[in-house]
Amino acid sequence: MKLIIRISTYLLAILFALPLFGIIYMAFKDTKVEGFSVTIDNFIEAWNAAPFASYYLNTFIIVFGILVVQLFTITLAAYAFARMNFIGKGTVFLLYLIQIMIPIELLIYPNSNTIAQLGLYDTKLAIMLPYFISAFGIFLLRQTFKGIPYELEEAAKLEGCNRLQTIWHVYVPLAKPTYIAFGLISISAQWSNFLWPLIITDSDSNRPLTVGLAMFAKTSDSGAQWGVVAAATLFVIFPLLLAFFLFQRQFISSFMHSGIK
Amino acid sequence: MRKGKRMQENTMAWLFLLPSLIFLILFTLYPIIKTVYLSFFQSDLSTDRPIYVGLTNFKMMLEDEVFRKAFINNFWFAVGTIPTSVMLGMLLAILVNRKIKGTSLARTAFFYPVVIPMVSAAFIWLFFYTPEYGMINKLLHLLGIGDLNLLGNSSTVLIAIIVMVIWKEAGFFMIFYLAALQNIPKELLEASHIDGASKWMQFWKIVFPLLMPTTLFSVVIATTNAFKTIDQLVVMTQGGPNNASNLLLYYIYESTFRFMDYGKAATATVVVLVIMIVIAAIQFFGTDRKIHYS
Amino acid sequence: MKKAPVVVGLLILFISLLSACGGGSSETNSGNTDSDGDTIDLTWYYPVNVGGEVTKVIDDYAESFNKEGVEVNGKKVTVEPVYSGNYDESMTKVQTAVKNGKAPDMAVLLSVDLFQIKDSIISLDEMIANDSEAQEMMDDFFPGFMLNSEAEGKTWSVPFQRSTVLLYYNKDMFKEAGLDPEQAPTTWDEVVDYGEKLTKDGQWGIELPATISGYWIYQALALQNGDGNLMSDDGKEVYFDTKEAKDALQYWIDLSTKHQIMPEGVLDWTTVPTDFIEGKTAMMLSTTGNLTNVKNNANFEFGVAFLPGNERLATPTGGGNFYIFKDISEERQLAAMEFIKWIAQPERAAEWSIDTGYIATRQSSYETPELKEYTNSFPQALTAMEQLEHAYKEISVYEQGKIIKLLQDAIQAAINGDDENATLDKAQEEAEVLLKPYQ
Repeated sequence: MKLIIRISTYLLAILFALPLFGIIYMAFKDTKVEGFSVTIDNFIEAWNAAPFASYYLNTFIIVFGILVVQLFTITLAAYAFARMNFIGKGTVFLLYLIQIMIPIELLIYPNSNTIAQLGLYDTKLAIMLPYFISAFGIFLLRQTFKGIPYELEEAAKLEGCNRLQTIWHVYVPLAKPTYIAFGLISISAQWSNFLWPLIITDSDSNRPLTVGLAMFAKTSDSGAQWGVVAAATLFVIFPLLLAFFLFQRQFISSFMHSGIK
Repeated sequence: MRKGKRMQENTMAWLFLLPSLIFLILFTLYPIIKTVYLSFFQSDLSTDRPIYVGLTNFKMMLEDEVFRKAFINNFWFAVGTIPTSVMLGMLLAILVNRKIKGTSLARTAFFYPVVIPMVSAAFIWLFFYTPEYGMINKLLHLLGIGDLNLLGNSSTVLIAIIVMVIWKEAGFFMIFYLAALQNIPKELLEASHIDGASKWMQFWKIVFPLLMPTTLFSVVIATTNAFKTIDQLVVMTQGGPNNASNLLLYYIYESTFRFMDYGKAATATVVVLVIMIVIAAIQFFGTDRKIHYS
Repeated sequence: MKKAPVVVGLLILFISLLSACGGGSSETNSGNTDSDGDTIDLTWYYPVNVGGEVTKVIDDYAESFNKEGVEVNGKKVTVEPVYSGNYDESMTKVQTAVKNGKAPDMAVLLSVDLFQIKDSIISLDEMIANDSEAQEMMDDFFPGFMLNSEAEGKTWSVPFQRSTVLLYYNKDMFKEAGLDPEQAPTTWDEVVDYGEKLTKDGQWGIELPATISGYWIYQALALQNGDGNLMSDDGKEVYFDTKEAKDALQYWIDLSTKHQIMPEGVLDWTTVPTDFIEGKTAMMLSTTGNLTNVKNNANFEFGVAFLPGNERLATPTGGGNFYIFKDISEERQLAAMEFIKWIAQPERAAEWSIDTGYIATRQSSYETPELKEYTNSFPQALTAMEQLEHAYKEISVYEQGKIIKLLQDAIQAAINGDDENATLDKAQEEAEVLLKPYQ
């Protein structure tokens, strides 16, 4: 019985890993010769065919731009919901819940309209704006803040800290695991974001990797070669996979952390 | 004095909320209201200015065969992805929740699809599914079955996409189950072991019920995903062949950006919003509230 | 307590900082802000639809144009090209810009998008009548390429990057199958004959793509099957339910179901060329835009030929044209025309053709030494040009996007086993409803 479980685990693992090996094989295979021989031509060709360097830069700016603002907005909101009493709290809390029910992705039509009206069409800011708040992050953090002993806040008050100082010196350090969890989730979600940036950008100077990849591989009359597309796909997933393999434990525990509420 | 302090507290709380509230209003609340409003107007290439048409858009939507297809496809897509990826996630978690050599490697294999963008996953699977090269077809060849054009065939395309999405999502739910499994008190399992319960019984009587909150949480996420992710369609099928893989959000996307039929886009968005609210209501009233964000 | 407003202020500051980093291109896009009096700075939206470093080629053109110092009303004209994505995206971008009152001065868009943007552009007749150079240029374009520029007796656009459908075939496979590698099939029946000889395990006779621009390939078949087209010249009527149109679709389906020389199911627009390059199919129908791609990547000898005909030889044209916009000053419109004349010079059209694989738009381009030399070493490029003699108007109607989808859905449904008479009848019916407001 144990053996069967073990073997089926391994088999499943291989099955899950196959696509990744497939794409790596494709990317390194030299199609110009019979049989299999390793080449990096595909990578060179992909790199030259589209401005991947600028896609990388854009993705970085977008992903971290969003994260920085999110950390700011969710901290304040989470604190307000966790530790403050104010008029309209219940109602406004429900408003935030709406974002959990109705993900921003479903609102592509009205939101693209808003972006055009703001005159921000085809800018990195347009890609980032809707994601500057994360209701998910607020709920996650609020939960953590609630678990922090109130005595710590009172002690900080006695030492003359004001509210913001209290948040900064007491809550933020104690919620570090939650911040890491949220940060990783936010980064991987935004790195993967596709439809919104596809809709809202037109120029290579603003496009992230995901959109660049699709544009490069899909919209030309000629259709790119499999090996080159595979290489370009690896460009997009490589940083994520590398980060994942290096920080696997944190990654998995972060995701776990976010789930067990 | 007390009153002044309460005022102060109120002001400060609202100031704290202000930064997030601005974006919440601008990109979630206002667009919802605007969409509902616009769904009563005809606004497309044949109209210079939006014309108020009452419920005509909704009536036309019901008659629109492509919309009906997208609606039905989305239903089957949800049915095909939600239970399977959640259950597979549970199974994977149970498999790797033991300290045997290789489990951490297996865990990596199950989880990495979650980390990579859907667009890249779509390209990887596009290659898999393409007749003549795709590994799946090579396998079929070995079994003596000829070429299957999985994505080019109305009867297989949705299934092909569902399989890919399950591969992509199962690892995500696995993680939640792993966390839950590790939280199950060891004594509970040991006690039942002494009682002589079989592993199978143990699972159904003790483990499965304890995993229920995680299952519900996963179902919520899988449900939202079934409606909000269409990246793979843009890459793999463009909703085809003949709308066999068209989903609601893709329908909205095409109406807006390809046909510039904004009335239709707004109306379809309203339909999706209603679906989401209904699902949320079922979850809210139909289940134990404690599982949610309390 | 006092800090909260400061934080909000900081946030706003932060946001405005971020917007500064992303706003660069939107500022440059507002092209028609009036220039300082001595120069006319034009904005030009252009799409790229073929692989390779086309953006760089375009930038080089703009740079040499700006150096040349062309003048209108004594003011120097400069051009700033703005890459606006593929054709669909460029169209969206232009429409958004027009809606927001920020139309570019000129744009390259699909020639068939005419009816979608007719209200935002100007007809060129007056300008051409007053300008003998422009007149000369218009007369020199291949007539086939002018078909989609004309509507309501007026000329609306200038050909730029243009293509047709071509038959590509693998000469090595022809030899192997005992066929003459210099003789491609010329009729539908021959395609079947050849295909049957060429099909073997792991290798198909022919592939026709049915996604993305698949309707265009189908239009070629429909054109070959009679003496009509799929739509009226004024873009207000479609003829999807004619016997010719239906039989053309039947022929397509027969290739896989009856003759079994083509894979079953819907074939993807972008994977068909890959199949051809990788030797999975001996023949394919694809755009001339693929010439350079196939040339660079195929490690076998390939030939291209006119599309096999049935009732007649025929191919639709395709690709993008220059449009000049309405909401700009007359001076800017004249300046735009100056640039179009400059970039459409025979030598430059020849260069553009060599760089991209598109057909050079002007007949006299083929007299230039550069293009002569190129076609000598790569005669396939000449075939594409010669086929223009049999070129017909690409399908172009009001509600282009929706109607193309109707047609493409009908094609895909039939390929997947629905009755092609029924699917085309339905497409016809639904298209008529869509076109009603325009009649």
